Amino acid sequence: MQIYLPIAEVVVNAFLLFGIGGIVGLLSGMFGVGGGFLITPALFFIGIPPTVAVSTGAVQVVASSVSAVMVHLKRRTVDFRMGTVMLLSGFIGSTVGIYVFRELERLGHINLFVEVSYVVLMGLIGTLMFQESLRAILRNRREAREGRTAAPRRRGHSKLQKWPLKVKFRTSGLYISILPPIFIGVFIGFLTTTLGVGGGFILVPAMIYMLGMNTKVVVGTSLFQVIFISAYAVMAHVLTSQSVDLVLALLLIVGGVVGAQIGAIIGLRLKAEQLRILLALLVLAVCVKIFLGLVLHPADLYNINVVGHA
Amino acid sequence: MIRLLLSLALALFATAASAQKLVTGVSRDQVAITANFDGSDILVYGAVARDAPPPKGVTQNIIITLEGPSEPLIVRKKARMLGIWANHESVRVDSAPSFYSVSTTAPVSSVISHTEDLRYHISVPLAIREIGGTATAQHPKKFIDALIKIRTKEGKYESEIGAVKFKDNTLFSTRVQLPANLTEGAYKLRIFLTQDRKVIDMSQTSIQVSKAGIERWLFNLSADRPALYGILSLFIAISAGWLASAAFQLLRR
Repeated sequence: MQIYLPIAEVVVNAFLLFGIGGIVGLLSGMFGVGGGFLITPALFFIGIPPTVAVSTGAVQVVASSVSAVMVHLKRRTVDFRMGTVMLLSGFIGSTVGIYVFRELERLGHINLFVEVSYVVLMGLIGTLMFQESLRAILRNRREAREGRTAAPRRRGHSKLQKWPLKVKFRTSGLYISILPPIFIGVFIGFLTTTLGVGGGFILVPAMIYMLGMNTKVVVGTSLFQVIFISAYAVMAHVLTSQSVDLVLALLLIVGGVVGAQIGAIIGLRLKAEQLRILLALLVLAVCVKIFLGLVLHPADLYNINVVGHA
Repeated sequence: MIRLLLSLALALFATAASAQKLVTGVSRDQVAITANFDGSDILVYGAVARDAPPPKGVTQNIIITLEGPSEPLIVRKKARMLGIWANHESVRVDSAPSFYSVSTTAPVSSVISHTEDLRYHISVPLAIREIGGTATAQHPKKFIDALIKIRTKEGKYESEIGAVKFKDNTLFSTRVQLPANLTEGAYKLRIFLTQDRKVIDMSQTSIQVSKAGIERWLFNLSADRPALYGILSLFIAISAGWLASAAFQLLRR
């Protein structure tokens, strides 16, 4: 079934879009990542103009995150206090990011900046997370074999204990300084507007390894934050470039919300370290894909950029 | 007054000089893009009206061009820098048609001379206007060739040699294919009658391509009331997410 998209001005297959939306929704529900880092390249690939892909992707992220967060709300695995702190600091980061983005765009090379940042960030996070979760899985196996259970180690926040302005985050089981969540929030907000991603794939590991939050709470809290940051991005894109395609968004949403439900249910059944190792592999796969795109000889050296067209 | 008389005289002179005139028609002068729009084709037909029988020993030809709205664009070329492929040289094209199709009765070089081609901007490369001086590349021509190659692959630029049927040097017809990925606007249809590789008559009309129905409504809303459009997008996204979750709750009971 072919459908003409009014803003993108291209014709696409509706079922293909259901499929893309569904897969991204599934991952979004499982891992608590918005899926922006997956859906934008997928839309590029099927020929949607880049600006339309970035802004319409954000609409789909809102929909699948709402769908997934409902499951977590029911199970009380959302830390609203932590989410709100990060969200408010995130808006500061986004606003700074908008200016940096404009400056880089003016200099040309914005695409290169985005792709190189993706490779560096994803490569780093993917590798660290993969190592850690593999170690955790092996340790659990060994312990299961030897029939003893070691007390789970507290990770990461030993140094952060000493910071001032301590706040209790009951749902996360933390009593830490409010400053690290604020720094993380600002950084994620900055990435949202410069790289066009919700930041879930960075937020999730940051919450686990830097703050030492309970993994089950991390996914719901990340989703909560991603909803608002992406909604902010949608409004910014709509008002500045009119590049959100509602027909495209609708098709992605239909697949996305269903996928997110299934993903959230699968995610709650998997073990925390299994979930982490899968997310690490996914992040590394996308990282390798973008890296190859940068270093391999492109199929066509030339590309066309229509000026002043959404 | 003098100007009016002059143009009147010119018009009279013109009709006298070209005793052969094109009479043309199109199957549709409006194309509506709806949600299930999947390309379209337009039948262009007509005849050569003459005072006298067609001259013996000379061959006449027909060229039909259809040109979509033009837009400025930048063609960039990637180059390897520090092991990474990045955009390097670029050429700014002042105006390139979003769609361009040329249909002829015979190969272009045998139908029209290069000077006439230049004057009327008939063949594909001449329909693109690149202003020199702004290019950072050493060979801007290569960039134009690349642009044509990419757009031809996308079905946006077409050269249909021999696609025009020309019966008894009088009646002609062809079908111009419009791809599904169309840009809105007025499409300029030109029909040329040539003899001895020179244009002896030309007829021009326009075909309006516009979005219709829900496509029209959404496009207008996003342009005229972006805030409302954004809120509508978010409302749809949030309610779809909530609905799916509610539906799954029911299913699992």
